[in-house]
Amino acid sequence: MDRRELLDPFAGMLASCCAPADIRRIEAGGTHLEMWEAIESSGFLQALVPESQGGIGLRMASVAPLFMALGGNAVPLPVAETMIARSLLSTAGIGTISGSIALACQNGAGSTFVPYGRVCDHVLIDDGSALQLFDVRQLERQYTNVPGSVDAWLNLPKSGEALRIIRPGSGISHLGALVSAAAISGAADRLLDMTTTYANERVQFGKPIGRQQALQQQLAVMAEDVIAVRLAAELACQNSFLPSEIPAATAKIIASNAAVRIANTAHAVFGAIGISAEHDLQLFTRRLHNWRQAFGSEQYWQIRLGAKRLKSELRSIDWVRNTYEC
Amino acid sequence: MFENFAYADLPQDDEDLRPLVRQIAADAVVDLPMDQRARSWSGFDAAFSRKLGEAGLLGLTIPEQYGGGGRGPFARFVVVEELLAAGAPVAAHWIADRQSAPLILNFGTEEQRQFYIPRICRGEALFCIGMSEPGSGSDLASVTTKAERTKKGWRLNGQKIWTTNSLHSDYMIALVRTSGGAEDRHKGLSQLIVDLKLPGITIKPISDLTGDAHFAEVFFDDVDLSADALIGEEGAGWKQVVAELAFERSGPERIYSSIILLDSWIAHLREAGRSDDTTLSLVGEFMARLATLRGMSVACTALLAAGESPVVEASIIKDLGTSFEQDLPAAIANDLASHPDESANPELYRTLQYVSHIAPSFSLRGGTREILRGIIARGLGLR
Ligand SMILES: Cc1cc2nc3c(=O)[nH]c(=O)nc-3n(C[C@H](O)[C@H](O)[C@H](O)COP(=O)(O)OP(=O)(O)OC[C@H]3O[C@@H](n4cnc5c(N)ncnc54)[C@H](O)[C@@H]3O)c2cc1C
Repeated sequence: MDRRELLDPFAGMLASCCAPADIRRIEAGGTHLEMWEAIESSGFLQALVPESQGGIGLRMASVAPLFMALGGNAVPLPVAETMIARSLLSTAGIGTISGSIALACQNGAGSTFVPYGRVCDHVLIDDGSALQLFDVRQLERQYTNVPGSVDAWLNLPKSGEALRIIRPGSGISHLGALVSAAAISGAADRLLDMTTTYANERVQFGKPIGRQQALQQQLAVMAEDVIAVRLAAELACQNSFLPSEIPAATAKIIASNAAVRIANTAHAVFGAIGISAEHDLQLFTRRLHNWRQAFGSEQYWQIRLGAKRLKSELRSIDWVRNTYEC
Repeated sequence: MFENFAYADLPQDDEDLRPLVRQIAADAVVDLPMDQRARSWSGFDAAFSRKLGEAGLLGLTIPEQYGGGGRGPFARFVVVEELLAAGAPVAAHWIADRQSAPLILNFGTEEQRQFYIPRICRGEALFCIGMSEPGSGSDLASVTTKAERTKKGWRLNGQKIWTTNSLHSDYMIALVRTSGGAEDRHKGLSQLIVDLKLPGITIKPISDLTGDAHFAEVFFDDVDLSADALIGEEGAGWKQVVAELAFERSGPERIYSSIILLDSWIAHLREAGRSDDTTLSLVGEFMARLATLRGMSVACTALLAAGESPVVEASIIKDLGTSFEQDLPAAIANDLASHPDESANPELYRTLQYVSHIAPSFSLRGGTREILRGIIARGLGLR
């Protein structure tokens, strides 16, 4: 399917239900029901579910632009995560569960950090031996109390009433990492757009600040980062239905490394106005920091990727050609 | 932004070239130590280049009627990748294959195409690029080497510098002023093909900080050229040079200059059995960057294959790619010198020193970082 054929209606749907005012309302603790209804009724949540199970049966490569659009609109709900969860559940023979599904990995005892944990209806948790689906109403939630945050810690019961399904080989942390990397990519693209537009409009010393070579060089580097993140995310979404660990790790490494630089350059160019709550810039830059940390930072994935690489005797170029599908 | 700059696959029939190139490259490097392989770009071996020509691995982007492969940029990508992965000596054909042949194909007359291109494809006509001058580095529009019209053609006076491989080349494609003065900037520049055996030409090699002498100064003292030395249109030299630079900057070579060092270091880590988190993290970071840059380079090749001139995209890859190439020796030096307990490997040491010392050139040759970022800023609509 043509990229735009799928993306345009999706982006249009997001534009109508996820304006900055809607994001702010949800971030401030207001209801997200209307936004979720609009997304759910659009049918896109079935994108990765096989046709035989009532889904659309799209491959990951077609859905990747949608994941990026979610980041580009700072959607404060776990939409991509729900798409992935539905596909995992359908593979396990479980029919559609309505409501949003966040993804999380349980690391040892204690509470589990769940991106979108404050606003999700369910959470699909990888406990290292199985995937468990919980209705969040059954769980004790601890909010982060960070202003605007939609994340939360969840306390899992020792022996819950959860639905258990078989855990895919490498678990789901890399799927969460991929979704976060794609979100960083979309937000980064949006930030580059906002930032260059602003640099052409804001006048200091009698000319637009974008005419200053120092800023041009910073924005050029920002563009390099943005393109690299996008290519890495696209690379991770090729050819397999749910991507394997190494390409997903790669996308997260590149995206997490770039996220802080991109956020900082955007703020540097906007000056003080970008720090204000009223300005939309912060809707995206705050997220970059969250997504960078979600499902493992660059360092976490570099160690895992490095370990896999050192197991192979291939030349680096051959290893890359064999490991990534391109 | 830059929506067309997107993931692409390498076509399978171009992939099929790999085993042949790999075999020829492996034969060429079998006796070369690592620090020689690391010199791949500047390794000059005309016999090897002719062998590639015989095997049909040069001029892959050139139509068959001129002796080329009639394939396209993806085929060239595969060949370049294999040659650099092996550290093969590519210098003899490098510039002719990458830039001169496409330039002559795009802008030359039919006679020029028939005269030069088949020989380039056989690896028999070696070219160098005469753009830089002592007073014209980043600011190429200020070149002052001058060609004046004579009854028979052109008379050339002036000087070029940093001309890679001029000492061993047959021809130079020189950017010269054919009308006006330096104040006319882009106007009045033209490209000429200069036969380097002509009287009045002096070439003085320049040694670099590693002890190699790959580039040189070239002096033109009343050099008489025939009328057909002009390539393309008189006065259109600037436009042609910009198109040429897209070829120069877009290839996978802007990622792989330190690849021999990377592989030697990884082999060392495996031997040493090192697997602490710091080491793994560094390896992982490099592999992620390598994979992404390679994906970007394939994406850029797809733009070339679609007939576009991806000037901005090529600048993005070159700047990111040369940063990667420069970060490798710095990080590997830090890593090795942090493990004095590991047994020394003299070949790895020499390779590391060579790459560390030459690495600053990676972001100079083919246009500096600041100039590339200026091009990207223009692409962003800031200039
Ligand atoms: C190994 C090697 C091989 C080469 N081979 C060739 C060759 O075959 N043919 C050829 O023609 N040339 C060749 N060159 C020359 C190369 O193209 C030039 O070095 C390069 O274009 C920069 O010019 P310069 O060295 O004169 O530096 P300058 O132009 O003097 O620049 C010096 C510094 O000032 C910065 N600067 C200059 N102008 C600006 C600006 N407007 N804004 C911001 N910063 C600026 C530069 O980025 C750089 O950091 C080669 C160079 C090297 C190192």
